[in-house]
Amino acid sequence: MTKRKNVTASLTLESARTKHDNWSGFLSISPWLIGFILLILGPMIASLYLSFTDYNLLSSPNWVGLENYRNLFSDARFLKSLEVTFKFVFISVPLKLIFALALAMLFNTGRKGSSFFSAVYYIPSIIGGSVAIAVVWKQLFGRQGAITQILSALNITDTNLIGNPNTALFVLILLVIWQFGSPMIIFLAGLRQVPAELYEAASVDGASKIRQFFSITLPMLTPVIFFNLVMQTISGFMTFTQSYLITGGGPLDETLFYAVYLYETAFEYLRMGYASAMAWVLLIVIAAITFLFFLTSKYWVFYQSEGGR
Amino acid sequence: MAKNRRLLGDIVFYAFVIGIGIVMIYPILWMIASSLKPAAEVFNNAISLWPSEFVWENYPSGWAGFGGIGFATYFKNSIIITTIVVIGTLLTGSIVAYGFARLEFKMRNILFACLMATIMLPVQITLIPQYIIFNNIGWVNTFYPLLLPGLMGGQPFFIFLLIQFIRGIPRELDEAAIVDGCSKLGIYWRIILPLLKPALVTVALFCFMWTWDDFLAPLIYLNDASLHTVTIALRNFMDTQGSTSWGPLLAMSSLSLFPQLLIFAFFQKYLVEGIATTGLK
Repeated sequence: MTKRKNVTASLTLESARTKHDNWSGFLSISPWLIGFILLILGPMIASLYLSFTDYNLLSSPNWVGLENYRNLFSDARFLKSLEVTFKFVFISVPLKLIFALALAMLFNTGRKGSSFFSAVYYIPSIIGGSVAIAVVWKQLFGRQGAITQILSALNITDTNLIGNPNTALFVLILLVIWQFGSPMIIFLAGLRQVPAELYEAASVDGASKIRQFFSITLPMLTPVIFFNLVMQTISGFMTFTQSYLITGGGPLDETLFYAVYLYETAFEYLRMGYASAMAWVLLIVIAAITFLFFLTSKYWVFYQSEGGR
Repeated sequence: MAKNRRLLGDIVFYAFVIGIGIVMIYPILWMIASSLKPAAEVFNNAISLWPSEFVWENYPSGWAGFGGIGFATYFKNSIIITTIVVIGTLLTGSIVAYGFARLEFKMRNILFACLMATIMLPVQITLIPQYIIFNNIGWVNTFYPLLLPGLMGGQPFFIFLLIQFIRGIPRELDEAAIVDGCSKLGIYWRIILPLLKPALVTVALFCFMWTWDDFLAPLIYLNDASLHTVTIALRNFMDTQGSTSWGPLLAMSSLSLFPQLLIFAFFQKYLVEGIATTGLK
């Protein structure tokens, strides 16, 4: 009798739950849902529409068809900003990840003080995106700055790196690499997941440390590498603050990042339609690159649960 | 022999790690040291990390600000915005996460996919229409455009993090609470929220640091100098007074990083665990 009562009780409980969940479910996610519709979905549709107009904030938009998109590809500054951004991403991201992995391997040897030093290395990741650090960077690498003076004393170069069109981008790349602490910590967590038996077995078989790295460590880490690669690449394409503040896109547009040019177009020249087209091109570029990463991942990313490739 | 090799390895390790450590920390120490240097020394004695004399005066003179507005105003603005965004994110983010993780409702999977897609969405795509909307309803030059996202669940990444955490909480606890007559809201408030504390701390810390650091949104939405945040004020300080008063500028730069460094000092464990498990930046 009691058993049966329990069953009916749990049955009514079950139906009560599904009945009420729709209402309470939507209620609980409503802050996000309203935000999603009003601040993301609506604006995305609006942005797509604006990209086909000549909207400039002052007069109402006129439909111009594909003109903005056509103009983009004959706009020398736009093409320059694409080139600069690609160069920036494809140099800074791999270097940052190589540094992160190398130091994660070093700290994974478990010597005393490892956790202290890895914490210190992480500090730049916390503050690297701030205006304060942009101020510091501008001063360190600028005219009469500390780094400029060191380089000059070492007879490497006399010019300040920010003022020189050939080196300005590298000042910004250096700032990104300086923040390798956060991928390093993700790598460290990944390294701790690699089963120790694998190394033991490899040692018994007489595999060298280098061989172990390429046959065990690297394959086991590929999911983490993949994750870092995707995240860092995407945020690389959206980089704005540092270029805007440190180099202002110059000299000679050599650090004109995509996001900086987009900001100028929209909020300084008020060419909202044209800038919207730029935003959509950016979205397509990022989506295409992410898609490519996922497409190639099955050839090089190793998931343990699959039991091999 | 093996012992010697071990010793050699240790020496190489520590030399290397300390060497890189110095490079990593140099810009920060340089900033603090230079904020105490006499004006001429920022250039003449640029490399040094030790001022020839300590000019504490740089701090009050920086704090006095420029153009008639002091840094007290800028810090107050940043603190107001950051506090509201962090508290809003914790409250709305956790209830949204609870809905996605625990409640069954129509289109849940589609909406969850939408949430995930927005994590990767470049801000530029919504920036312009959002500006136009806020401009039309007269919200430009107010804090509202900066606060609103924090009251709408916050960054999608934070919601995702909280969802993952709630999924790890045993459902038996909910069931037991239902049997005891607890409502959906009651489960959120009495069961989920207390257990969610570690994840909420991680979210609060990262949300604080990102909001404190935010530059683009205040740059676009705040025109009046009296509404500016610390980040915008620093940038204007650099552009207008930078060439003459590096000492005060670097003093205010150091001060602007103080909350973040303080958080790092006290909550290092949460930050490191947070990125290690979720890949936050």
